[in-house]
Amino acid sequence: MKEKKPLIRVKDLVAKYGETTILSDINVDILENEVTVILGSSGCGKTTLLKNILQLQKPASGSIEVFGEDLTTLSENEYEEILKKIGVLFQNGALLNSVNIFENISIPLEQHTKLPPEIRQKIIEVKLGLVNLSHAIYLKPSELSGGMKKRAALARAIALDPVILCCDEPSAGLDPLTSADLDKLILNLKNQLRMTVLIVTHELASIHRIADKIIFLDQGSMLFNGTIEEARKANIEQIDAFFEVGSF
Amino acid sequence: MTPSKDSGSKLIIGNGKILLEGDIDKYSVPDLWKRYHQIEDLQNIEQVDLSKAGLLDSAGSIFIEQIAIDIKQANNLDKPYTELITNYNDDQGHTLKIFSQSKLEDSKPVKPESFFEKIGSNVIDFGRSLFDAMVLAADIFYWAIVGIWKKKGARKGSFTQQSLLIGLEGVPIVAVLSIIIGFILALQAAAQLRMFGAEIFIADMLGYAMLTEMGALITAIIVSGRSGSSIASEIATMKVSEELDALKMMSINPIRYVIVPKFYAMTVCMPLLVVMSIIVGIFGGLLIAVFYLNLSPSAFYNQLINVLTFKDFITTMIKSTFFGWAIVIIGSFYGLQVEGGAEGVGKATTFSVVTSIFTVILIDVVFSLLYLP
Repeated sequence: MKEKKPLIRVKDLVAKYGETTILSDINVDILENEVTVILGSSGCGKTTLLKNILQLQKPASGSIEVFGEDLTTLSENEYEEILKKIGVLFQNGALLNSVNIFENISIPLEQHTKLPPEIRQKIIEVKLGLVNLSHAIYLKPSELSGGMKKRAALARAIALDPVILCCDEPSAGLDPLTSADLDKLILNLKNQLRMTVLIVTHELASIHRIADKIIFLDQGSMLFNGTIEEARKANIEQIDAFFEVGSF
Repeated sequence: MTPSKDSGSKLIIGNGKILLEGDIDKYSVPDLWKRYHQIEDLQNIEQVDLSKAGLLDSAGSIFIEQIAIDIKQANNLDKPYTELITNYNDDQGHTLKIFSQSKLEDSKPVKPESFFEKIGSNVIDFGRSLFDAMVLAADIFYWAIVGIWKKKGARKGSFTQQSLLIGLEGVPIVAVLSIIIGFILALQAAAQLRMFGAEIFIADMLGYAMLTEMGALITAIIVSGRSGSSIASEIATMKVSEELDALKMMSINPIRYVIVPKFYAMTVCMPLLVVMSIIVGIFGGLLIAVFYLNLSPSAFYNQLINVLTFKDFITTMIKSTFFGWAIVIIGSFYGLQVEGGAEGVGKATTFSVVTSIFTVILIDVVFSLLYLP
């Protein structure tokens, strides 16, 4: 079997808010074509880790390599080139409320490609079709439910056929059925588009459904990195407690 | 899947087919699309050959499919257009399948409204909004009158707090703008009056203008921008963050609790601000009369006192109270109508200020016609 190569490599990452250390000595590889879930209790630094990987926050020290390039040393233009291969689904969708769904998805296509309008239109229709939202193409985000907003945001995240898809709490604020549908959709897209997926969540049901690997954070440190089965066998108190509460 | 920027992709026509070479992705498609559109005739072309094509992405896949659709139409072919795409490998086939447009045929998107539909729905929306605003105004008046006797459901100290916000904090800006307006009005008039030797009439002109129109209008426009927007944004934020629903669930009427104190404060503060605006505006004019026209303050005062009537004063006070009520009702109305989170709050505030100013001017027109001297 072909060995999977790491698309994201985090080395000795330390993240701080002012003087407070949020993450310390994080070392992790995110392998291609896998769904990696960053989990842990609230305030453990999950979102901070994702934001550091995406460079939305600058790490206090350490390096973050994406496609073999250290993002902390790249120029603005080089960093933008990398970003074109990464799609991000934000916690609340982060759709631009002032424009409709079509225009929301059109933004990355207009900004980063010179595709003719006819092809752009088709791409948007196809991507909305992939997330089962064809009927909402001309609706404004305010006219969509929470689940629909997430799906529309997912369509925008995959507009440029990203190699890596990052999702911040995709299940947050959704009912279990909608959440399960969204998980299936992400998994389906991952398989179809052969993407590498990095998800931040603390929803146990979601983790069981989609995770190939988990990264367990606790109070800013990485306690575990591996599969769910390995985590259960690792006999780590915090992880056992996490899964035990979830199964209750 | 990593796309390449310079793939050296080619589109070659020959032997009854279109041969695509290199990566067909979002970077190569714009050039290939131009080359494709240079083809004058698609007749006698019966396939899109991908034997030399490299990586495909969604843009490439859709481009290839579009060529196949065009070939099928140009040659009136019976077979499905997907069969016109040939010699693709498994990966390319997989990509073509995922991004196939054929799946979209069943789900027609909702088209945006036409121009006339938009006009129609805007008229209906306006009618509904007007009705809702009337209902809200009735509600506010009801609770404002009932609230005089019934203290239950009112927030303690809210009247004082709102009076400070609407009245006291508005004093500096109203005073500064009023003195400037009075100053400018007098300055413009002085030059004209001087030509006729009628300098003394500056007191008449200024006193009458400030008392009957300018004082109330300046104040109302400032209060619309300052307090009207603040009322709209405060209520809109409360609506978005479900604070109003929380009040309802605590069996507290949000109109009584949130809006009525603002209504009381506006009823008291607006006429007071207008009185101050008139006095300060006239003072601005007095400076011109004394220092530019060399009139004595006592002559200015004697002339002024002749033109100011109690009836005009009462009319202005009633008018300014109406202005204040309109500002509170409109601010509250747009605040309560808000939809769509933070963006909705911004819109509510903007609409509130624009509508308030428009309504203030409309009320002014009505009063001017009713109390025409």
